Amino acid sequence: MPGIVSYGAYVPPTRLDFEVMAGRPPREGAGERAIAWRDEDSLTMAVTAGVNCLRGFDRTCVDGVFFAGVTSPYREKQGAALIARALDLPRALRTADFSSSLRAGEGALCAALDAVRAGAASCVLVVASDCRLAAPGSAQERNFGDGAAAFLVGAHDVAAGFEGGFAFADEILDVWRAQHDSFVQSWEERFVIQEGYAPGIQEAVRGLLEKQGAEISDFAQVALYGPDARSQRAAARALGVAETALVDPCFDRLGNAGAAFAPLLLVGALERAVPGQRILLAGYGDGGFAHAFRAEAPLAELGARRGLRWHLARRSKVARYEHYLAARGLDAGSAAGQRGAGLSATAHHRERDDEIAFKAQRCLACGAMQFPAQRVCERCRARDAFESVRLSDKIGSVVTYTRDYFFPTPDPPTLVTIIDVEGARVHLQLVNLPAGEVRLGMPVEFEFRRIHEMGGRPNYYWKATPFAGPAAGEGSA
Amino acid sequence: MGREVIRDKVAITGVGCCPFGENWNQGPADMIVDAAYEAYADAGIEDPQRQIDAVFTGSIYSNKGPHECSDALKLFNKPVTMVSNYCATGTEALRCGVLSIAAGLYDTVLIVGYDKPKDRGVAGPSVMMDRVRDLPQTPAGWFALCAATYFEKFGAGREDLAKIAVKNHKNGTLAPNSFLKREITVEEVLAARMISWPFGLYDCAAQTDGAAAAVLSRADLVPPAGRILVKGVAVIAGPNPQKDPGNDFLSWKPSAWAAEEVYAQAGIDDPAGQVDVAQLHDCFTLTELLSYEDLGFIEKGSAREHIADGRFELGGALPVNTDGGLKAFGHPTAATGVRMIYENVQQLRGTAGARQVPDVHTALSHNIGGHPTACGIAILGKS
Repeated sequence: MPGIVSYGAYVPPTRLDFEVMAGRPPREGAGERAIAWRDEDSLTMAVTAGVNCLRGFDRTCVDGVFFAGVTSPYREKQGAALIARALDLPRALRTADFSSSLRAGEGALCAALDAVRAGAASCVLVVASDCRLAAPGSAQERNFGDGAAAFLVGAHDVAAGFEGGFAFADEILDVWRAQHDSFVQSWEERFVIQEGYAPGIQEAVRGLLEKQGAEISDFAQVALYGPDARSQRAAARALGVAETALVDPCFDRLGNAGAAFAPLLLVGALERAVPGQRILLAGYGDGGFAHAFRAEAPLAELGARRGLRWHLARRSKVARYEHYLAARGLDAGSAAGQRGAGLSATAHHRERDDEIAFKAQRCLACGAMQFPAQRVCERCRARDAFESVRLSDKIGSVVTYTRDYFFPTPDPPTLVTIIDVEGARVHLQLVNLPAGEVRLGMPVEFEFRRIHEMGGRPNYYWKATPFAGPAAGEGSA
Repeated sequence: MGREVIRDKVAITGVGCCPFGENWNQGPADMIVDAAYEAYADAGIEDPQRQIDAVFTGSIYSNKGPHECSDALKLFNKPVTMVSNYCATGTEALRCGVLSIAAGLYDTVLIVGYDKPKDRGVAGPSVMMDRVRDLPQTPAGWFALCAATYFEKFGAGREDLAKIAVKNHKNGTLAPNSFLKREITVEEVLAARMISWPFGLYDCAAQTDGAAAAVLSRADLVPPAGRILVKGVAVIAGPNPQKDPGNDFLSWKPSAWAAEEVYAQAGIDDPAGQVDVAQLHDCFTLTELLSYEDLGFIEKGSAREHIADGRFELGGALPVNTDGGLKAFGHPTAATGVRMIYENVQQLRGTAGARQVPDVHTALSHNIGGHPTACGIAILGKS
């Protein structure tokens, strides 16, 4: 059975406490979060976590390094390769970076477990590390913490065997950072929790329990990701996690460490677990995941490691908020540069089947097609009696058009059309065609494109493009 | 439904309209006061606080609610209601005033339509992007969608549209409070920069600031001589033309629906013969063209020949937009429907000066609105 052979962590020693954030002197006992100092970033933290994980293991056996996080200092250039060199690992090595999602750590861990199970690799180091930047003075600043967790994944002598996992994907604009955003952006907190995290983490855990035929009480250790203390507690309660089973999320000592947070809580679980206990790890981000592990005999032989407990005990407080801002290259006014929230993420969430999946609906009473989804049929007024119909793979035709020179685009005019697709009418841009060559009735197909950048984010929708005919081998008629 | 129940119940006793334009030095309150006090004077209202029973007002760009109007006019301790129906808001305000009097609630009400788009710091309409799937779009883009289909089916073209703009600019030079007072040529229209094909700049209405007002009274309280009566006023909602699976893009459905309703109210069965002058919603030249047909002034598809023979010009059989219309008089969204009443009252009284159409007994005003899925039509006549 593949599993975790060893673990390690890194949490920067610097602590910013809530008193200091409020402009007062630090106070022992005040809630605090761990922060990477000016000479630290997600790669440096990853390397140290790797060192701590590999302590006592033969580095020449490592044949893979997967690095996960949403704050790699490079947009282009691999973190895993740098980590491998810093750890002096063999040159013959499979490496990959997992990014973009707070579930990236789970993706990397899963890929390593799969590679080992498939026999494609024998010993993979997985490191998740993050230091997310919150706008000064924002609520996120009180929640975010920095840190890294590392696991050695192998097939033999595992300290925690991997019993199975469950994951799902969801399209939701709850927390994000677009290409040019300095700070993590988010939609209204209540939406983020009520439509994102709360149902997401529960769907993940329940999905795993069902798949494993298990009860939540079967798990002696539950490492539950949460964006903040309150939401995490509420999720644990809703799932029926016993107080004694819940791994301390350390919100007042560490903070939410992004894609490294769930992995760090897994380290916390391994530190507490005794062989034979089952461990549940659950995380959230653009969907959710839950994994089941079982602590095995070798866990007891790993001995004391530099994990979560060791790092939380090693701490020193920042004396003044200005020192923190300077270390991070911030000034108190940085938040003012944040972009507007733009188009409603809430509306986008509700309409993702229309806009992203490009689905229309057919009335079950009269057969009329309509787009976007309606409650009442435009033709026969039947209410809530529709079936969903995917338009993206259909062929449509141009009902009418205009060439718009008014709205800003680098290459006007924009060809704007009404397209008939199986009877539904859709207002769409027509691309890949000189504007003068559009004809009424011409057949079109559909492509997923960026439609505009309102709110400083890429906004995606479908566009019509002239039907290019069936591809070779496609269709026989 | 008692479609004729409001006919002749309500008289329009006074109208007012501030100059439409880029009124940089006037706020909404200034324009409201100018329009309302002109209407008071016209109606012989000397003590508005005592004589006005209720106010119906509308504005699209203001977000201050009815308070902006009541506070400007200091009309307190009486109902002030704000209505909203996009570009048809003015006609909607009129309708609410008419209904309230016809229902016996009030003797005299004031209606005020106003808008101040020039305080936004942008020229032209806002590019609307409410949602991801709402393409960046403008009103020009909505109405332009009827052009390719209409041109292909009926053979009209940009030159025919241009003649409508030329007519309205010419009429606008004759209206004292109009914004654009410059005649233009078909060549100029065709050469103007393109906005949304087939609309060039001169195919589009002039967005301006402005306010217009009217005083309505119970008809039986007004002496019959020279009395101007509301014959009918209808506001109709329609489907979004872009989503409507049955839309042929050859007409504007709500216009035809509202026309059917208002003609029934007013007892009109031959609009081409019975309507003497019309103010049509020419937000774009094609919108005016479609309205000739949708309102039954001419056969569907025949606009081109009637534009050519001058039927809708001053001096033609059915002059349209005698004061320059939205195109030249200006288009402060919620004021427009009331401005049309202002013009039609002058036409009915015979006080329209150089714009006067001879022998006007029945005058029609038409607003497309609702974003852009509604239509309002009002018909005025003499006792």
